[in-house]
Amino acid sequence: MTMPLMKPKRKNPILRTPQMNLPPWGRSRVALGLTVAATQGRFELQVCEDCATVQYPPREACSACVSSRLKWRAQSGGGELLAMTTLHHSNDLFFRERLPWRLGLVRLDAGPTLMTHLHGDVTQAGERVEVGARLDRAGRAVVIAFPATETPHMSDDKMLREMTSDPKLRKILVTDAMTGVGQALVRALVKAGADIVWAGHAEPWKRHGSGLDDITALPQVSLVPLDLTNARSVTELAGEIGGKVDIVINNAEVHRTFGISARRGTDAARAEMDVNYFGALRLAQEFGPALRGRAADGATHATAWVNLLSIYALANFPPHGTYSASKAAAHSLAQCQRAEMRAAGIRVINVFPGPIDDAWNQNLPPPKLTPEALASAVIKALHDGVEDVYPGDVAQEWLERWRENPNVLERELAAGG
Amino acid sequence: MTSMSARKGYEGVAVAVPVTVPYVRYSTRGAMWFLGQAIQALINQSGIAKSEIDGLTVSSFSLSPDTAVGVTQHLGLSPRWLDHLPNGGASGVMALRRAARAVQAGDANVVACVAADTNHVDSFRLMLGAFSGFARDATYPYGSGGPNAIFAFITANYMRRYGATREDFGRICVDQRRNALAYPSRVFKKALTLDEYLNARPIAEPIHLFDCVMPCAGAEAFLVMSEQRARDLGLRYATLRGAIERHNAFAQDPIMVRGGWQVDLPELYAMAQTQPADIDFVQTYDDYPVIVMMQFEDLGFCAKGEGPAFVRAHRMAFDGDFPNNTSGGQLSSGQAGAAGGFIGMTEAIRQLTDAAPGRAVQDAQLGLVSGFGMVTYDRCLCTGAVILGRPG
Repeated sequence: MTMPLMKPKRKNPILRTPQMNLPPWGRSRVALGLTVAATQGRFELQVCEDCATVQYPPREACSACVSSRLKWRAQSGGGELLAMTTLHHSNDLFFRERLPWRLGLVRLDAGPTLMTHLHGDVTQAGERVEVGARLDRAGRAVVIAFPATETPHMSDDKMLREMTSDPKLRKILVTDAMTGVGQALVRALVKAGADIVWAGHAEPWKRHGSGLDDITALPQVSLVPLDLTNARSVTELAGEIGGKVDIVINNAEVHRTFGISARRGTDAARAEMDVNYFGALRLAQEFGPALRGRAADGATHATAWVNLLSIYALANFPPHGTYSASKAAAHSLAQCQRAEMRAAGIRVINVFPGPIDDAWNQNLPPPKLTPEALASAVIKALHDGVEDVYPGDVAQEWLERWRENPNVLERELAAGG
Repeated sequence: MTSMSARKGYEGVAVAVPVTVPYVRYSTRGAMWFLGQAIQALINQSGIAKSEIDGLTVSSFSLSPDTAVGVTQHLGLSPRWLDHLPNGGASGVMALRRAARAVQAGDANVVACVAADTNHVDSFRLMLGAFSGFARDATYPYGSGGPNAIFAFITANYMRRYGATREDFGRICVDQRRNALAYPSRVFKKALTLDEYLNARPIAEPIHLFDCVMPCAGAEAFLVMSEQRARDLGLRYATLRGAIERHNAFAQDPIMVRGGWQVDLPELYAMAQTQPADIDFVQTYDDYPVIVMMQFEDLGFCAKGEGPAFVRAHRMAFDGDFPNNTSGGQLSSGQAGAAGGFIGMTEAIRQLTDAAPGRAVQDAQLGLVSGFGMVTYDRCLCTGAVILGRPG
């Protein structure tokens, strides 16, 4: 049975902070299909379109009929643990530093045999297991055998904590606590067991009636001054708490509802870019190095960075045209950030919500995403270790249309929806 | 399996001049150095001119970026028949089979079969992650234990299914170590007791230290020619009585419990006109003792699942009633990469040409050499076996 995770002892400031050695990240191009599905929380294997044989390891041709028509398809993951082992020796530094390490060999009901990491609550050869895919510290998908039925404190498993970014006992910065989304995030993080939540507020004099008093009443929460448009403000806060933050959630945004012709000048567009793009850049430059340096710092090591983007980052929504452009810029920056942070073992989670139920989307018809639903999607992403999240019905629908054909989606949006 | 036509026999083929380039744990030399040492030893011990070697097989993992043809230029050979066989533990059987056919067909008169690998301080680790596409994608990212983890699964499953114990595997290792004490090139110099075996530290449970082979550098080689030529040259030799190989057999088995030998075994003994009971010694492929036990079953010495009882009932040292791996095998002498697929072959030739002092199997007439190689994912893909005998 998994022992509940306890708050680690204060670290000895004299000792060197352990450095991150990533697990092996080399994969063939075809094997990245497993990773692509896992970034969105799905476990997929290749299935032959001609003979329906399920394949593993990933390959270029069907092992049964040699067809090249292999498609990644969701798998239920049910299977039997054929055998297990506990490694006391490894040739790789990441595992060497985490020995003993348990592994299983699983026969999936769907056919193939998989080598898997083993959850601590899977203990007997012959038992039923549930296989799922997770991203490891190198950002590559690995398969894990879980117990067939949920067990207490399951997510506190030592191996699983390495593969996910569970907020439990972690110290987290939420960059803008003035908004409904920010306050929902702070509350959800406290509920998920966060140790400390730093709640940023750019304009402290606007405190009255803003809802800040409610969240600051929570013992885990402290308000911190943070203005993403002000480089000095970002630098000062990073100097104060940068060495302690395990998770950064950047939810700060400016959202105005203009296209190009509805407003003269570039002031509103500039303000959007200054927070949504340059603000994200300032934050990444100041807090990124601190997180990267603490990626292997014990059971509550630095683990993730969350960017609140928008589904409009994928395709421009003309009524909110400049906002869409700023989110597209932020998305592109987030791809760069993900590449840089991956090398240090820090996960970058990009959240692409559809319209949020706030003042700036007042004129949009439902369905709109409540701040609480968005917050729980973020918590779930941290908990499951996924990288790309598209919360809400609108986001899901746009994503499907965008995947099918981004050019068609662009024409549809130009025609008003 | 589809019905197979019976293959032609291997009459008239001589296997001679077993060469071992002494193993070292680490070497700063390249694989080509060990290949050169092996070829030089073949020439010196046979008295054949280098120019008379007109066939060559090369087995190596550490030769990259070269392949067998690069060896010809490096060592100044000009063969008319060439093969590159980097197939690990099956390399020896595969090389002999191909060389024998080349000699029978007249494609080559004298074939040098050579296996060599170097081992630098960090080269084993570097090889593991890039051993195969499937290893890179589906095993190395899982603990990076290399073959230890795969054979831990296979061993654990075999123990659970057939009731084998660690003591049973220990018997194999302990008897092999006794054999090794009379083998000059061994890397393990001291005797091994069953207690020492059982108390060794765990590596990948249930695999413990003495279940594993020591990666090292070295080479093995032999010559294949017609019996007539061997006699003309005055060389002691063994004859090839039968040979089989099979790849990726039983792919539907969820976990490996048997090897491809089973598929072709009746043909092996039929070709050699013999039966398991008449084999005087075996040289099994011994990267892990569970595979040795599996070979006892799959090569017909006992039924599937009777391996544990079989090792309890037999003494497997060179002077026992079932001599196995009379040079100590890789478990005692080390694994020099692909040369590990040759160590049983050179030892079998020595046993059948009275060149195994201190460990000779009394009155040995027939020996079986088994090959097993290439764990590209969850099991070993290549299997093969030959029966060698004294010239009739």
